[in-house]
Amino acid sequence: MIEAVGLTKRYGPTLAVDDLSFTVRPGVVTGFLGPNGAGKSTTMRLILGLDRPTSGVVRIDGKTYHELDRPLRTVGALLDAKWVHPNRSAYAHLLWMARSNGLPKRRVQEVLDLVGLTAAAKRRAGAYSLGMSQRLGIASALLGDPQVLLFDEPVNGLDPEGIVWIRTFMQSLAAQGRTVLVSSHLLSEMAVTAEELVVIGRGRLITQCTTAEFIERSSAATVFVRSPQLSKLEPALAEKGFTVETDGEGLKVSGASTEEVGDVAAAVGAVVHELTAKRASLEQAFMALTEDAVEYQTGHDVVTEGA
Amino acid sequence: MALLAVERIKLFSTRSPWWCMLLALGLTLGFTGLIVANAGGVFVLSVATTQVAYNFGLMVIMVMAALAITTEYRFGTIRATFQAVPKRTAVLVSKTVVVALLAGVVGEIIAFGCWGLSRLIKPDASLAIQTADDWRNVAGVGLVYVVGAILALGVGLLIRQTAGAVAVILVWSLLVESLVGLIPTVGVKIQAWLPFNVASHFLHGDQQLVAGGQGASGIHYQMGVWVSMLYFAGVAVALLAAGIVAANVRDA
Repeated sequence: MIEAVGLTKRYGPTLAVDDLSFTVRPGVVTGFLGPNGAGKSTTMRLILGLDRPTSGVVRIDGKTYHELDRPLRTVGALLDAKWVHPNRSAYAHLLWMARSNGLPKRRVQEVLDLVGLTAAAKRRAGAYSLGMSQRLGIASALLGDPQVLLFDEPVNGLDPEGIVWIRTFMQSLAAQGRTVLVSSHLLSEMAVTAEELVVIGRGRLITQCTTAEFIERSSAATVFVRSPQLSKLEPALAEKGFTVETDGEGLKVSGASTEEVGDVAAAVGAVVHELTAKRASLEQAFMALTEDAVEYQTGHDVVTEGA
Repeated sequence: MALLAVERIKLFSTRSPWWCMLLALGLTLGFTGLIVANAGGVFVLSVATTQVAYNFGLMVIMVMAALAITTEYRFGTIRATFQAVPKRTAVLVSKTVVVALLAGVVGEIIAFGCWGLSRLIKPDASLAIQTADDWRNVAGVGLVYVVGAILALGVGLLIRQTAGAVAVILVWSLLVESLVGLIPTVGVKIQAWLPFNVASHFLHGDQQLVAGGQGASGIHYQMGVWVSMLYFAGVAVALLAAGIVAANVRDA
């Protein structure tokens, strides 16, 4: 269980995290979602006591990070897979971490086996591929068999195989009853990984809810109908109070279900060639919500596809 | 004790400390060998002259000490460390103990190595270590390396970047402290209080060594040899303390 209360972090003139409060429950993967620069990594550093909050507090199972005795046994984190000396072997890296928290040497071997790095353990970490570095990062997070796990953008830059591996791994950790917080700027990734979401933008909490709720709430439904008799159909739909927009050979009807549009078409005797429910893509939904919360706006409108 | 083991594992699981130690040993022994082999005539060989090259090793050992902390910032391992052990002061004190101990051991090996090498090259010279001054000349080198390492760690903690920290350490100890003497009248008076000059005073006392070498610069030291050592150590510990305070206050 992670509890942030009024967490605020200011770096000079920039407010990186602004009065952020949220809770992360055990047993499910919680996604920490926000655009780049929203303050996700800063929040994670605050949780780990690496940065000092300007105000507010974050507690792990009721204790601040500094109050934890042998913290690796309580919290495991992968914030940056590159936090390894490039000339040190994975084994030596894990060994000093284990030693610092009074963990036995055999635990190093166990986590190396767990992430499949045993064969490469004696090689220098600087020569690792991104996927291997990420595995080493996960191995160090799991070293103390912690109940709370933090992962910052763990799938960034990974190949599909690596992405699936990490995703399944995080879900299995949550299924064991652990608290798992994983950050991402990709809603589509979170949609398949996380059950709960903490969404932030510009350091502020936008919402905390389940992933299903978030997608449901934020994606407005439209119905696309294609017909050779648009001239009959269009006024009939408008009369019913739907917002109608011409789109090539068809119409985009907002705020309607396929049933309603079908009924109208039958009533006016219009031939229907296509009738599809379209949801806004997750990315669009996400952008709609975080629109005013993006730190670096591009100059022009983003061109988006219909679905 | 666990923290000492952690820092020991960290230090010896990369290659740079090994290279630094080899380089320190090779440079100092090599230079001493050249000096001693060419000694004679007006150049009197004494126990003190077997140690005139101690600065070479000291520079390399200070670079090693600075690297021990700046590479942690460079590669982010300092964050991994503070994540594993949030008590930053304990971590940094442990690191200092490990690095300073190593510097001391290397310093003694270098000092007695140089002395032994000199005896081998010039078996007829009177190089027996007899007086307290002789002992301080030789064994004192290890102490100077210990303090030098602490000072370098302090600078490394404050500056955090390898290039900056190494530049400050080398320019300060090699250039600034001797160039200050160029300032008319007050220059030499200031020099008597600069830590690396004072460290050399601790080793050599008021003995006249090689012309142009340490101790022959016309500086009149105000402190006795052991007070000089304490002064040098005081400066180093103050810098380290400032570095540890900074590490506690600043974000990692």
